[in-house]
Amino acid sequence: MPKIITLKIAGTEIKADEGSTILDVARTNDIFIPTLCSFKGLSNVGACRLCMVEVRGVPRLLPACATTIVEGMDVTVDSPKVGKYRKMIVELLLAERNHICAACVSNGHCELQALAQRLGVHHTRYPYRYPRLKVDASHVRFNYDPNRCVLCTRCMRACEEVEGARTWNVMGRGINSVMVTDLHQPWGESPSCTSCSKCVHVCPTGALSEKGCAVGEMVPRENVFTYLKSMRYSGR
Amino acid sequence: MTQTITIDPVTRIEGHSKITIKLDDDGQVDVARLHITQFRGFEKFTEGRPYQEMPSLTARTCGICPISHLLASAKACDDLMAVAIPAAAAMLRRVINFGQLIQSHALSFFHLSSPDLLLGMDSDPANRHILGVAAKFPELARDGIWLRKFGQQMIERLSSKRIHPAWIVPGGVASPLSEAVRDQILAELPQALAIARKTLDWFKPVIGNFQAEIDSFANFPSMFLGLVGPDGAIEHYDGHLRVVDAQRKIVVDKIEARDYATYIGEAVEPDSYLKSPYFKPVGYPAGLYRVGPLARLNVCERMGTPLAEQELADFRALQPEGAVLSSFHFHYARLVEIVYALERVAELLASPEILSRDVRATAGPNRREGVGISEAPRGTLIHNYRIDADGLIIWANLIIATGHNNLAMNQGITQVAKRFVDGKQLAEGALNRVEAVIRCYDPCLSCSTHALGEMPLRIELFDASGALIDTCERG
Repeated sequence: MPKIITLKIAGTEIKADEGSTILDVARTNDIFIPTLCSFKGLSNVGACRLCMVEVRGVPRLLPACATTIVEGMDVTVDSPKVGKYRKMIVELLLAERNHICAACVSNGHCELQALAQRLGVHHTRYPYRYPRLKVDASHVRFNYDPNRCVLCTRCMRACEEVEGARTWNVMGRGINSVMVTDLHQPWGESPSCTSCSKCVHVCPTGALSEKGCAVGEMVPRENVFTYLKSMRYSGR
Repeated sequence: MTQTITIDPVTRIEGHSKITIKLDDDGQVDVARLHITQFRGFEKFTEGRPYQEMPSLTARTCGICPISHLLASAKACDDLMAVAIPAAAAMLRRVINFGQLIQSHALSFFHLSSPDLLLGMDSDPANRHILGVAAKFPELARDGIWLRKFGQQMIERLSSKRIHPAWIVPGGVASPLSEAVRDQILAELPQALAIARKTLDWFKPVIGNFQAEIDSFANFPSMFLGLVGPDGAIEHYDGHLRVVDAQRKIVVDKIEARDYATYIGEAVEPDSYLKSPYFKPVGYPAGLYRVGPLARLNVCERMGTPLAEQELADFRALQPEGAVLSSFHFHYARLVEIVYALERVAELLASPEILSRDVRATAGPNRREGVGISEAPRGTLIHNYRIDADGLIIWANLIIATGHNNLAMNQGITQVAKRFVDGKQLAEGALNRVEAVIRCYDPCLSCSTHALGEMPLRIELFDASGALIDTCERG
């Protein structure tokens, strides 16, 4: 039996298993903490920084997805300070690539779009960079549009941790980072891709999509890993 | 000493433009030019995008007629996929196209042009707008607003969104029609038809009051271009292109969509962002032709629905020999087309096949080039795409209805300016007529309505040395 930890999140006293992250506990207790990189069934990397929270007695913000709970912890999930940073992060994501919701296959089903709406981001304070990034439509079933990628690396983790293929990788550094397949080959020529579609269904935006989808028609199967894991645990 | 009068912006149209009128040494109008002052760049920035995105991307060209772009684009994509879409999908696309035609024609006639027609070209500009019409002719204004709403609601009921729906997709439409939606539209059709007929009954007898405008509003011989069906009937969604001359004799017929470039060229003028399409066999600029409601009624042999057939006969009586040439009659043609659209919607919705669940064909890219042509409210709309082996756009060409009419609009404003504008004395009503001839074409110069209620208009008169010698302001 794991040890039970008592802590406070958003003013509510909660009991949870030792080893859980702040994000796990918040989700179990229906407390909203925004995130784009965390995905149930995959490891956490703390890439998007949207789940930053305030912990009493700690001078800096901590990522809820990568911070395990400790006894007596007092977590504030929605202060003016974290609100300001989250809004800024979403604005920077929108300014960094070419996110055009109106023409996007994921319009209406996009986590970045939903988050922007929830946080009240109706414009950005930063100049758009308008990078010229080439769409990879070489795969017979899927499209990869780096213009819509937020570098959450969910695709990479799903490919490595669940499918065991590790087709996806990050190339470059900093703002020049891009997701690539294998050694930056066209996806359609990838020797490792099994065409399983897991990467497509964990993508929070329209960066990865099934071919043939018109605007707004890419609806991800969000519970894909919960199902896969339960099948594995039951030994079937 | 030559002078130039500038009308900037042109009001009660969709988009941004200005007109310059050049006067000769005697102060008489020499030439007038329409300048489209906005640049969009859709043909360039769609390069590199997957073709499936093109309908929604190009629909953003326009907030008034997104359905036209969706249709022409989806048809170009059908061509790229090399599919024949299900019959119900084609019927539904026709119905939504008529919904747009109705709302757009109602907007043009009632909201934008009726102030000139009802209150007078020379009436006080402070009241010469739809609210002025509503104050003086409340029933007509209400009818116009209702009719536009009916068209807009038809689009929303079919596609769940009034503007820029994503329902029209490559291969067909995204979802089938429900009986409930069909019945909602059918229930309101009789009232819409009653309004359309009532407006025609009012308009036809008063046309004679505008004889001076009819004579000079782009009233000149020209060719006309439009889609017709296999039997020569008026067509808005499919069919082939036909060109007729001023005598209404067929110049070229049965032009297939993918052959359009054999007959239509695009010239570029240094003073406008709008290209000037012309009929290639005649050359530029003599190959001037017109598109739109007037052109469609001139190129077709019949309407194919009972009431519209009768209205076409009355319309043709305006000019029993040959084509109806005055662009003033665009207004009349719009009203006839509204009646036709309502009759055709009733026919289409009465067919049980329209409720079929089979509304979408699927395929990958099977051709490298595709062309889609439909009739937008303002005229023939052409989308032409080329893709690479993966289905990414490598080249796009869009010819928009207002573009086809560019040469005719320029000739039209010169004609009306020569008739009404006196360079020695600027009269607001005369300049309004120069704008009104543009409004006949209902040009859609951008993606949104610019119905400027206060008519902000500044006309400046310069002498040959560039010195300002007179100004006239309103709004």
